[in-house]
Amino acid sequence: MADMLIYSESPAAACELAAGGRRLATELGLGLSAAALGPDAAATASDLGACGADRVFVADDPALADLPTDVVAEALAQIAGQGEAECFLLGSTRRGKELAGRLAQKLDAGAVTDVTSLSVEDGALVGARYSLGGATVAEVRIDTPVKVFAVMPKVFDVAQAEAGAGEVVRVGLSLAPSGVELVGRAAREGEAVDLEAAPLIVGAGRGFAAREDLDLARDLAAALEAELACTKSLADFEWLPEDRIVGLSGAKTSPDLYVGVGISGQVQHTVGVSRAKTIVAVNTDKEAPIFRLADYGIVGDLYEVVPALIEALKSR
Amino acid sequence: MRIVVCVKTNLDLQMVRIRGREPVLEAVPYKVGDLEKNALEAALKLKEGGLEATIVAVTVAEGDRKIGETLKEALAIGADEAVVVNDPALAATDQAAVAAALAGAIGHTGGADLVLCGEGSTDGYSGIVGSRVAELLGVPQLGYARSVTVTDGAVTAERSLDDQIETLRAPLPALVSVVSEINEPRIPGLMQIMKAGKKPLTELTLADLGIDPQAAGRQTTVLSDLAEEQDRKHIMIEGDAAEQAAGLVDALAKEGVLRR
Repeated sequence: MADMLIYSESPAAACELAAGGRRLATELGLGLSAAALGPDAAATASDLGACGADRVFVADDPALADLPTDVVAEALAQIAGQGEAECFLLGSTRRGKELAGRLAQKLDAGAVTDVTSLSVEDGALVGARYSLGGATVAEVRIDTPVKVFAVMPKVFDVAQAEAGAGEVVRVGLSLAPSGVELVGRAAREGEAVDLEAAPLIVGAGRGFAAREDLDLARDLAAALEAELACTKSLADFEWLPEDRIVGLSGAKTSPDLYVGVGISGQVQHTVGVSRAKTIVAVNTDKEAPIFRLADYGIVGDLYEVVPALIEALKSR
Repeated sequence: MRIVVCVKTNLDLQMVRIRGREPVLEAVPYKVGDLEKNALEAALKLKEGGLEATIVAVTVAEGDRKIGETLKEALAIGADEAVVVNDPALAATDQAAVAAALAGAIGHTGGADLVLCGEGSTDGYSGIVGSRVAELLGVPQLGYARSVTVTDGAVTAERSLDDQIETLRAPLPALVSVVSEINEPRIPGLMQIMKAGKKPLTELTLADLGIDPQAAGRQTTVLSDLAEEQDRKHIMIEGDAAEQAAGLVDALAKEGVLRR
């Protein structure tokens, strides 16, 4: 039986993929296998079985030690040959996207990245992804015999996992060392903020005329007990760190409340906002596209509206 | 050495509008993508830092588009020469054929010691063309670079991953894709724009590269491409700032989203 094969360098993401892949593979009449690669491969193999994989291919060849993209792609291509994999689910992290292109090229496969949902339609997997900078959602089918989908984190719920047979298969691979040398790894510097988990967010945009004016946004965020976020342009000005960006190049949030202040609402930003339960927009321009997305809109000067809002919140 | 910068002609997303749920793409202009400008800037910085290099901008086009404008922009920014694979067969295609055309053009025009590209295009944003080109050229890749240096025949890049910063080094030839924070792209001046028209521009077809146009078809089918349905209240709160603020706080309290 042909297989769906899942892989991610992140054990948590791999488990999500196994959990979601289980249901899709069954619907497609495919087996579900997983690849566990690198020094920790043997340790993660049983987890992948518990998350849904029938077979877990394990390889800890020395060339896989740092999980370099070129070697991982080659390893997966060789495993695909042994396991008759016709469909790959990878994690759509930056590493995962890099891998998706390299692997797809090796296998003459079509690839779709940044997939936000996967379904079976007319016997084929269809992946949804944001298109045109997030203005639209494209439903994409891959037409090549081998298919590569890179799926965003949290698309599948690991709590829904059903265990698979979990048979561990040690594979012998023939891998050349990577062309890339790992010189070092470091944690991302700067304050770590998890906007995707934040229940309330205040987003600041180019309506703020100067860096120091962002104190207004900070005060509003404090009054709401919300996280402060921004559009990409404010991070480009280095007014706020990159981990505060909401949108295509940053966090895709789903808070209970999003308050966009001085934000025009270009799709590159709103793609990270549109899943908020309630959206508030404050902007001087009543034609600003953000108002089309807003539950509550205030047309006005943020330098007057925001202090008034802080006051109203404090006097509650 | 030859530095090739892969330049995609992107839809100007600032000009995309939605009618109903349909994107309106007629009359939306094309331009050199933002991340491609970062890649060009990175190449120029390497050259200005003392690296002896010819910078070649390479792009693909579907035969009829005013691609000359895009390449002129790349040349004005600072590329020394430009190459375009201009072929109607590329009109209805996707990443694999684009990568094949780019890799073919690089091979056909003197190769590359270093290939630079953006981490993705601002419109399609698949982020996989660079990987495919690296695989086709059989070179190592250093993706998502926020810095790039070349010394002693090797490229070193600090790359910005989801949770980590990773420093990688690879011997040349290699491919590096860049993220926007790597630099602030320059804006060409009038003199640069004037000079751009005189720089060499090579136009190729897929046949020139030995690629069968029949094989340049799509690997994927887009079944639909529509704006998400949004069910929003669209309540505009009127009055002076104080009245608006009071009205909003009332409404949010009723929504139950306030913490206190």
